[in-house]
Amino acid sequence: MWKSAKGVCVFMLIFILVTMAACSSNTESGDGKKELTVVYRSPGSVDSLKNFFDSGVVDEFEKEHPDIDVKITPITASEGDYFSKVALQMKSAETAPDVVSEDTFMLNSDANAGYLEPLDDRLSDWGEWDNIIENLKSGVTAEDGKVYGVPSTSDSRGLWYSKELFQEAGLPVPWEPKNWDEVLDAAITIKEKTDGVTPLFMQVGKANGEAVSMQTLEMLLYGTGDTLYDDSDKKWVVDSQGLLDSFNFISQVYDVEKVGPDFSVVMSGQSGNVAFQQLFPQKKLAIALDGSWNARNWAENGAAPIENVEEKIGFAPMPTQNGQEPGAITMSGGWAWAIPSKADMKEEAWEFIQFLMEKDNSINRSMTDGNLNTRTDAVEVEEYVNRPFAKESQAYLENAQFRPANDKYPAVSTQLQTVVEAIATGKLTPEDAVQQYKAGVERVVGKENTKVAE
Amino acid sequence: MHRKAILFLSPSWILLLLFFITPMLLTFGFAFTNLSLTGTDAANIQFIGFQNFTNMFQDPEFRISVFRTLIFLLFSAVVGQVVLGLILALLMKEKRRGFRRFIGVIVIAGWVTPEIVVAFCWVAFLSDAGTFNAILQGIGFEPITWLFTFPMVSVIIANIWHGTAFSMMVFQAALDDVPKSVQEAAVIDGASRWQIFFRVTLPIVKGSIVTNMMLVTLQTLGVFTLIYTMTGGGPGNATQILPIFMYNQAFVNYQFGYGTAISLVLLVIGTVASLLYMRFMKVKL
Repeated sequence: MWKSAKGVCVFMLIFILVTMAACSSNTESGDGKKELTVVYRSPGSVDSLKNFFDSGVVDEFEKEHPDIDVKITPITASEGDYFSKVALQMKSAETAPDVVSEDTFMLNSDANAGYLEPLDDRLSDWGEWDNIIENLKSGVTAEDGKVYGVPSTSDSRGLWYSKELFQEAGLPVPWEPKNWDEVLDAAITIKEKTDGVTPLFMQVGKANGEAVSMQTLEMLLYGTGDTLYDDSDKKWVVDSQGLLDSFNFISQVYDVEKVGPDFSVVMSGQSGNVAFQQLFPQKKLAIALDGSWNARNWAENGAAPIENVEEKIGFAPMPTQNGQEPGAITMSGGWAWAIPSKADMKEEAWEFIQFLMEKDNSINRSMTDGNLNTRTDAVEVEEYVNRPFAKESQAYLENAQFRPANDKYPAVSTQLQTVVEAIATGKLTPEDAVQQYKAGVERVVGKENTKVAE
Repeated sequence: MHRKAILFLSPSWILLLLFFITPMLLTFGFAFTNLSLTGTDAANIQFIGFQNFTNMFQDPEFRISVFRTLIFLLFSAVVGQVVLGLILALLMKEKRRGFRRFIGVIVIAGWVTPEIVVAFCWVAFLSDAGTFNAILQGIGFEPITWLFTFPMVSVIIANIWHGTAFSMMVFQAALDDVPKSVQEAAVIDGASRWQIFFRVTLPIVKGSIVTNMMLVTLQTLGVFTLIYTMTGGGPGNATQILPIFMYNQAFVNYQFGYGTAISLVLLVIGTVASLLYMRFMKVKL
């Protein structure tokens, strides 16, 4: 009896040890090659980055580095969930990937949390770094002044408008508004002269999260000369004339002139798709303040292809409030390749990032996913610039502004989304909205970290 | 003998301690820290006392979320599931077996369906181009954007649909246990049907009612998937009850400490509600 029980115990102990060994992290794949894990966010059905990797890029890298086995592991998730999942992965050496795609607005937070490896030493030895657009480098530099990522894609924002509807309403084409009033006037003209058309679309529904802050509020605010965050004294600006004016503009569009879309459209998380895949192609939307990436909806293999799209739709720069310098403004975001501090193959990871950023590979990626390229010499490549709207989108980057590189930005952004939605639905006046925003931000970042603009 | 018992119980105690009690205590502790998923705070956790709680009570969003949670609880759990479950159980009592089975299976179908599937069914039913609007248009009405115009009502109805079967089954079992002799005695004494129900049947099943109300309340306080899938807490914040608010603070704003503090408030609400039921119904469990 006892003998067999002992036998069972020994067997179980061995079993447990063997399974534990099998579970532990292991960077050697079966054939003795080192495994390089690459993590990025996949939007789901159409994963253009996967298509890019599968187009032979990975094979080529593996051929050059026979000892490395590149393992592409997309995470299919919404943006917010992706950041959580990646942060959790990077917390532990067991699960940390070797190369990670980081949204530039999370890069600073993740760097502060100690999840990322500073790249400055490596960058100084890398000739190609000088070919990356200078303006974008501030987007990958954290508060401590170190660079934590290589910008891989970028984007700009502006005013999409329907040339056909503009002609019907007797508005000028091509359209280049000089200030906010001209934008509003165009929307009012559209409302008067056409029927069943949404004049002006701006994201204001909380369901669209960050899009409300970045595509709407910040596109306005950064055109007034005021900002969300003062880098010089590291304080959040919770009350400024620019903020009030921006809130006023949103109120004008949605509540006073009523030139915005139906609330059942704009409040849903699908509003972007409805606007760009249904309303624009059906000529039911005249103007939309949104991102450059929307052009890919209308491409041949996009969700709602439009033939000769540049004759029907235009992409105008978003003017500053009164046309003050530099005349137009865009917020810019984008993604960067980074190396987690707990990655176990940092050298190989750096090799792979360098490889991906080579001119041909970088351009090819932009061609597949429709985002803006981050290299200065991209504009010299004809097939890249000849894509619809590529020239305009790329040109707007000159006046690009970036979101505050501060940990608390996501929480502040949530406050913005709440008040913007309340203004649009008429629940808050712009003045009350400033007060509510001020109180909200003081609560999440601490009153000592805020200030009122003079 | 005693020592042997301790020896044999120790594995389960150790497991409970490791995987149940420790995380619970940790949760309690984290509510008083600035624990965060990312950012400087993630690298440097600090004890911040009651700051999460003071922030919470100053946040108008939080107060209104508590209010919404109570509305959701009252209508979908207490009024909806418990009362409807009781009525169903009463109506089915002493009906033919075939009938009981038939109705029972239909109601229970809602309960056995996973929450996420329930949510998708209701989205398909209530969405702008959904089944319900198709029917309405078929009989000549204008379609209504249910999830946008009546978001709270929509999620409450969905939750009632999902949960009623549980209450019904508990009450069926309780009602079957009411001795026939007591009811017969009441009939002989000349009691009316209503009197029998309120004075005889109800007091006997009181214990089951309280237990059921507690279970349903705790279950409802934890509803997340259903609402998150149907409305995402919106439109605006119209259906943002505490679990959704907690998720947004923890996983959208990355403030884990704050999220944990909110979860403690949820725990308090559940406890208070349970105590109230017991006090109100004069039941000791």
